[in-house]
Amino acid sequence: MKILIVGGGTGGTIIANNLARRLVNEIRAHKASITLLSASKRHMYQPGLLYVAFGQMMPDELYRDEASLLESNITFEVDPVSKFELDKNQVVTQAGKTHKYDILVIATGSRIMPKKIPGLEEGAETFYTEAGAIKMFKALREFKGGNVGIVVGVPHKCPIAPVEVTFSLHDYFKDRGIRDKVNIKYHYPINRMHSIENVAKWAKPEFDRMGVEIETLFNLEEVDAQNKVMKSMEGSEYKYDLLISIPEHHGMEVVEDNALGRDGWIPTDRNTLRMEGYDNVYVVGDTTNLPVSKTGSAAHFQAEVIAENIASIIKIGTPVIDYDGKVYCFIEAGHDRATYAMFNYDNPPDLKAANKSMHWFKMSYNKMYWTSVRGLL
Amino acid sequence: MSEEKVVDARNTYCPGPLMELITYMKQAQVGDTIELLSTDNGTAVDVPEWVNKIGHEMVSSEKIDEVWHIKVRKAR
Repeated sequence: MKILIVGGGTGGTIIANNLARRLVNEIRAHKASITLLSASKRHMYQPGLLYVAFGQMMPDELYRDEASLLESNITFEVDPVSKFELDKNQVVTQAGKTHKYDILVIATGSRIMPKKIPGLEEGAETFYTEAGAIKMFKALREFKGGNVGIVVGVPHKCPIAPVEVTFSLHDYFKDRGIRDKVNIKYHYPINRMHSIENVAKWAKPEFDRMGVEIETLFNLEEVDAQNKVMKSMEGSEYKYDLLISIPEHHGMEVVEDNALGRDGWIPTDRNTLRMEGYDNVYVVGDTTNLPVSKTGSAAHFQAEVIAENIASIIKIGTPVIDYDGKVYCFIEAGHDRATYAMFNYDNPPDLKAANKSMHWFKMSYNKMYWTSVRGLL
Repeated sequence: MSEEKVVDARNTYCPGPLMELITYMKQAQVGDTIELLSTDNGTAVDVPEWVNKIGHEMVSSEKIDEVWHIKVRKAR
């Protein structure tokens, strides 16, 4: 049984490691094999980018060599896929190599698409890439005061990030002693200040306390980078001195190029996590079109389900569990407090007041991630 | 040729039904219709507000067996 995993991010790596341990005997007996193909030899802890953007982490702290995270019975190759030939049960890589499979996992992730909005790349800072996070920190360091806008594209990875970055901006300017010279305005696409109702109920009074203005129903249409004005599809404008963007995301180009899903999101069954129309193809994390948060946490819980089911299919011929929509997100409420949101398809999150202990738990998790992605936590 | 698409956002909290609708409306062509399925009662209020503000067209909204079926046509 050949298992092929395409993508070495959170989802792909956890699935590979989890399977490698569950199938240790089958792999030893040459009855199963696991191959992981990735576009990079390095693995990034993406949530750390928010800390880089505020000078709290250095970029090199975000990386480990992917090979060092993988069980030794996994074949790992840095050779991204260029063609998915699902009807032939094979993929072709950029290096021209063909990999046949019995079971395929697509875990290619997502990417930011600032180009979708005219002027956004030139006019805004973002923290969704290493270069962007460093550039944003330098802009913050030089900022002396004025209007700071936060604007949110749809869809975007880490739905809690707009709230977190707003808290962090408030604390950052406060720590520098210039908060009274900075007006922070938060712009959000729907008609409440966060998509999760209980997050909105919790965050609204916090934003009021911090003096953060809120404009809802603001879907960005264009940015006039020269005059520093952004305009919404709904018809409003905002004059900024510093603009922080959570850009629209798409799935990876290879998914679009192979027509596996519009905008790079692959149609996926919300419980089995199989690609629609293919019983031997699983999709995990950001790559799915599921109505679930695009976060490492969702990828983690989905990965556990996929690994358990692939292993059980090999051992007893049938999957054993369904994905229930579980997501657990830390929510940093500034530089010294945090809370969390845990929910699934049936239960909405019930937010608790932010406190210092959760913040330190999150700071610990920033290190524990490397245990998590090895499939041990 | 306009398309009709169903977006199943039942029993989801994040990013939630309206965010899902916005995502698919961006992918759609002018004239396409999207039917949003939602178990969140707030959706029946939130969607028309967004649709009216942005200039799309509400086609219908009805609750059948605890599920809202909200049809929206892309107009711009």
